[in-house]
Amino acid sequence: MEGLDRMDAKVTDKLGKAGLWLSALFIILTLLAVLGYILIRGIGVMSLGFVFEMPRNNWREGGIFPAIIGSLIVVGIALLFSTPIGVGAAVYLTEFTREGRSTKAIRIAADSLNAVPSIVFGLFGLALFVFYLKDFTGGPSLLSAGLTLGFMILPTIIRTSEVSMRTIPFGEKMESYGLGATKLQTIWNIVLPGAIPGIVTGIILGLGRAIGETAPIIFMVSLNPIIPKSILGSGNTLTTQLYFLAMEGISMDVAFGTALTLILIILTLNYSARRLNRYLSRNLKR
Amino acid sequence: MTDENKIVIRDLNLWYGDKRALIDNNMDIRENKVTAIIGPSGCGKSTFIRCLNRMNDPVEGVRVTGEVRIDSKNIYDKDVDVVALRKKVGMLFQKPNPFPMSIYDNVAYGPRIHCTRDKKKLREIVEESLRNATLWEEVSDRLDKSALDLSGGQQQRLCIARTLAVKPEIILFDEPCSALDPISTGKIEDLIHELKREYTIVIVTHNMQQAARVSDYTAYFLLGKMIEFGKTKELFENPKEKETEDYITGRFG
Repeated sequence: MEGLDRMDAKVTDKLGKAGLWLSALFIILTLLAVLGYILIRGIGVMSLGFVFEMPRNNWREGGIFPAIIGSLIVVGIALLFSTPIGVGAAVYLTEFTREGRSTKAIRIAADSLNAVPSIVFGLFGLALFVFYLKDFTGGPSLLSAGLTLGFMILPTIIRTSEVSMRTIPFGEKMESYGLGATKLQTIWNIVLPGAIPGIVTGIILGLGRAIGETAPIIFMVSLNPIIPKSILGSGNTLTTQLYFLAMEGISMDVAFGTALTLILIILTLNYSARRLNRYLSRNLKR
Repeated sequence: MTDENKIVIRDLNLWYGDKRALIDNNMDIRENKVTAIIGPSGCGKSTFIRCLNRMNDPVEGVRVTGEVRIDSKNIYDKDVDVVALRKKVGMLFQKPNPFPMSIYDNVAYGPRIHCTRDKKKLREIVEESLRNATLWEEVSDRLDKSALDLSGGQQQRLCIARTLAVKPEIILFDEPCSALDPISTGKIEDLIHELKREYTIVIVTHNMQQAARVSDYTAYFLLGKMIEFGKTKELFENPKEKETEDYITGRFG
């Protein structure tokens, strides 16, 4: 670098900056292109009826209401299952164990679980929930699909909650103990409130992944539009319907409409979770 | 004024893993007096006072032998309820750690856990504790504001109020002023002076002038061992041990 004079260094600096700027621009443009294309292709079929009506005449008329309901139920089950377990595991990892081989093993297990392809989770869910626990889950039901997705996002929730609990200052916990609080009282009053933003972030990430997955639940949901009667019954979801519509060439317009609905739901849930997060952390910090 | 021994310490040893941090310490701490623990950094003075309410328990690899008797009950006995012990023996830390909540909720934290959720009663306890910690005048109009917005000295007095709200009998101060400016330090020292009427106080400090100003008794620690213990005035004016003399005259090290 000694050979470079100041001018050269300045030019390099400018070039570097331009390169980084181009990468950022590329990402934004890609995102806009994807969203824009789906918006343009999907907006045509969008209407209140599309969201709230049953499909008729092999999806050529009516809407996609069953899939919307199915998706929300499946994701709801996944979160109800994985949030308490994931947060509980994170509390255990941060507050009840000493750092050692076992915590390392749990962490490696959680990280590897995160890297398991989703179709493998699907196969696992098929074996466990659809066949083995058939009497309890009702076989290929919304419950089986939700639990499978719950397993899949468990590592995300554990790890993000854990990282966020580790940021709670040791001094705050010591002061709580010093005031005669028990371990559980300290966790409940100091650790969890402080970790809420991180936990909510984990839930958002998990939710985004769960609602967008097709592969793990393809064995468990119906491809026909059914309004689910109970979580032990059958139903379909936006992702599986999208797959079906596109694969079978039934209607690309409805497929894009479904995609647009999915994206709008994800954005809405994301936005509300962030609002909730801000509300919670402000109220807890007051 | 009583002249009873509130805390009696016999043959107290503490190990961090293989490292022996406290060596055969004996001490009698008088009720309603201020006892200061002085000594160079790393001499075990903080470790020592943490033994008095078992705050070393959560630290990994710690082993304690010997006795610490508070009101003639050894707190290291198996049947001791650590939670009740910490309620009776409050502790203030070097760096004040207000919880990220409102001023009111900080002070109400202990009472909510221990005795009452009654709103009226809580308000009384909070006001009384803040008054006793000489912070009431400064915060009475913004009790619902975040405790994190207070200055360092105010935060430390808030932590004192929070401890007082639990109604302890003994208060341990672990270098409570080392992060504070002289004016805030003066306020805390005045406060300690007031508090000793009702509480037994043990304070760790690396500031010898502070020990001389606030305490009735002083103990000098070196390398985990108590070298000398006596009335503060005598210890500073006429130390019996050479090590003590070297330290207080600044010839140490």
